[in-house]
Amino acid sequence: MSLEYYLVLSALLFTTGVIGVLIRRNAIIIFMCIELMLNAANLAFVAISRSLGEATGQVFVFFVMTVAAAEVAIGLAIIVSVFKHRQTINVDEVNSLKG
Amino acid sequence: MENFPLVLIISSIVKILIIVHLLLIGVMIMIWAERRVSGWMQDRLGPNRVGPQGLLQPVADGLKFLFKEDLIPDHVDKPLYVMAPAMLLVPALVAVAVVPFGSAITVFGHEIPLQIADINIGILYILAITSLGVYGVVLGAWASNNKYSLLGGLRSSAQMISYELTLGLGIIGILMLTSSLSLRTIAVEQGAYPWQWNFLIHFPAFLAFTTAMFAETNRLPFDLAEAEQELVAGYHTEYSSMKFAMFFMAEYMNMIVGSAVTVTLFLGGWHFFGLENMGGPVWSGLISFGIFFVKTAIFLFVFIWVRWTLPRFRYDQLMNFGWKFLLPVALTSIVVTGILWITTNSRLIVGIGNVVSAFIVVSIVASLLVMKTPKPAIQDSDNRLTPSALDAIE
Amino acid sequence: MNAEQILFILFGAVSLIGAIAVISFRHPIYSALSLIVTFFAQAGLFVLLGAHFVAAVQVIVYAGAIMVLFLFVIMLLNLGTLSVKGAIGTKLKGFAIILGILLAAEGIYIAMNALNDTAVASAEPAAITTTTYDIGELLFSKYLLPFEVTSLILLAALIGVIVLVKRDSQEENQNR
Repeated sequence: MSLEYYLVLSALLFTTGVIGVLIRRNAIIIFMCIELMLNAANLAFVAISRSLGEATGQVFVFFVMTVAAAEVAIGLAIIVSVFKHRQTINVDEVNSLKG
Repeated sequence: MENFPLVLIISSIVKILIIVHLLLIGVMIMIWAERRVSGWMQDRLGPNRVGPQGLLQPVADGLKFLFKEDLIPDHVDKPLYVMAPAMLLVPALVAVAVVPFGSAITVFGHEIPLQIADINIGILYILAITSLGVYGVVLGAWASNNKYSLLGGLRSSAQMISYELTLGLGIIGILMLTSSLSLRTIAVEQGAYPWQWNFLIHFPAFLAFTTAMFAETNRLPFDLAEAEQELVAGYHTEYSSMKFAMFFMAEYMNMIVGSAVTVTLFLGGWHFFGLENMGGPVWSGLISFGIFFVKTAIFLFVFIWVRWTLPRFRYDQLMNFGWKFLLPVALTSIVVTGILWITTNSRLIVGIGNVVSAFIVVSIVASLLVMKTPKPAIQDSDNRLTPSALDAIE
Repeated sequence: MNAEQILFILFGAVSLIGAIAVISFRHPIYSALSLIVTFFAQAGLFVLLGAHFVAAVQVIVYAGAIMVLFLFVIMLLNLGTLSVKGAIGTKLKGFAIILGILLAAEGIYIAMNALNDTAVASAEPAAITTTTYDIGELLFSKYLLPFEVTSLILLAALIGVIVLVKRDSQEENQNR
């Protein structure tokens, strides 16, 4: 399997994530789509790391996962508190900065 | 060497068949043992009518489950409701693939290790697969569309996430001393005598790991997901017949796999002094398997024993215990093991240092908690998110 | 077709179908489940690429922790009944899909062509498996500083979450 196939798959997954962010209005699903995009990047990292024959790409995946975990913790906390205040997590309805 | 793959494939298939059936039979024996031992501990008899000593009781139960009507309530989310029991059962079955059950047997000139697959990240595989078990509970709870089930599922997911950390951190000390993630290597590294086994070197980590494993398998005193007095039966309230049986089997299978992993990691695997090298190439393998089996059985007995010894935790006690005691103990054990191992390179000193540091940590945490609590705090403890958010919805 | 190609097609197809399911299911729980399937298929791809450690960590971190958190929040807020209406915004839908196709085409073009003359594409993948040891060595030598910085990120996240939740519960106590 050459590198291109993995990169194409990674690009397709990333695009799916982008489309999801654009068309969905549920904050949690938007969040999941962001995770999907991060994962697509991970796939590209690992594929390139394999074809270069060194582990650096996989170290980067490690960092991406850490950031993703931190982001999920913060993001879900924000979603929960937004929901408590406004009883919705539709991003179109949560459009004003005043609490 | 030419026919090696064929031998590998055939031996793997045979091993998989044997192990899966052993697991299923083990579940049956465990169900019987649980009820009989419980009876013995409470000074009553337990089931003793079906077969000798009631041994066929699980078979009778299984037949009853099979012939019961497979009821799917109207109000459930059907696809998830049907999927959930399988999602709990499959990880329990799959996790066993990397557990080494014995040394190796030699058949027709081929040495066959008593393990389905010796992968180089064995222990990570176990952690990954067992962390999936929670989906069965959570999705079953959600799909049941029932308030009590949902509460059980919420509790279960929070509990699993909290205790998984301890589970993972508890084994890092072992990994540092063994410098391998393969379960076979970890088992081989431990010697034949009990004082060479990991549980003495990493005693606090062993306790933390075992406790976390009780929590992961949803056993008393951690069975808040199905607390009968509060939540009817928690996540499996709406389940009946074979689907309930699958939940039930998965719980016992998790116990067996958990015991086997603990035995491999901490209790010396298939080693026992004086026994393992008896007999020829075939017999020594079978004897090692027997030793492993006995150790696992003893540990399973501890499961039942603990069930009738400790009462169930309250939810905030559960969270406090996990985050304020187990996690610091596991973390300190990592730091102490690392420092002492590099500086002294002696297992004895690492073992002593671990116990001493765990004592210090527990006493510090306990005194901090005592200093903090005098004012009768009405604000509920650390599980604020759950009840308050649920209030907000209702 | 050898085994690797068959497995690649299998895992790739599953991960793509899962990804599309994430954005098309109406109910968040089903989206979350599809995302778990995608993560699994990706772990399979990582194994194909010889990155066993990353595959295991992928399952532990994403499927074992992150998605459980997602499910926890979805169940906690009980979003099923609330968010079905207007789940997919219609205004931007066509625009988004056109944009997405453009982006995909661009990505595929880069993947197929731009790498041709670099060292990356010329090296035919060596059949190596990266061990945990290799990753650990890199992590604690060459990438020690980034590694420490990630621990800071985690600390910041921890503090952030505590502050968020603490303020909420204080306000609630005042309201009572």
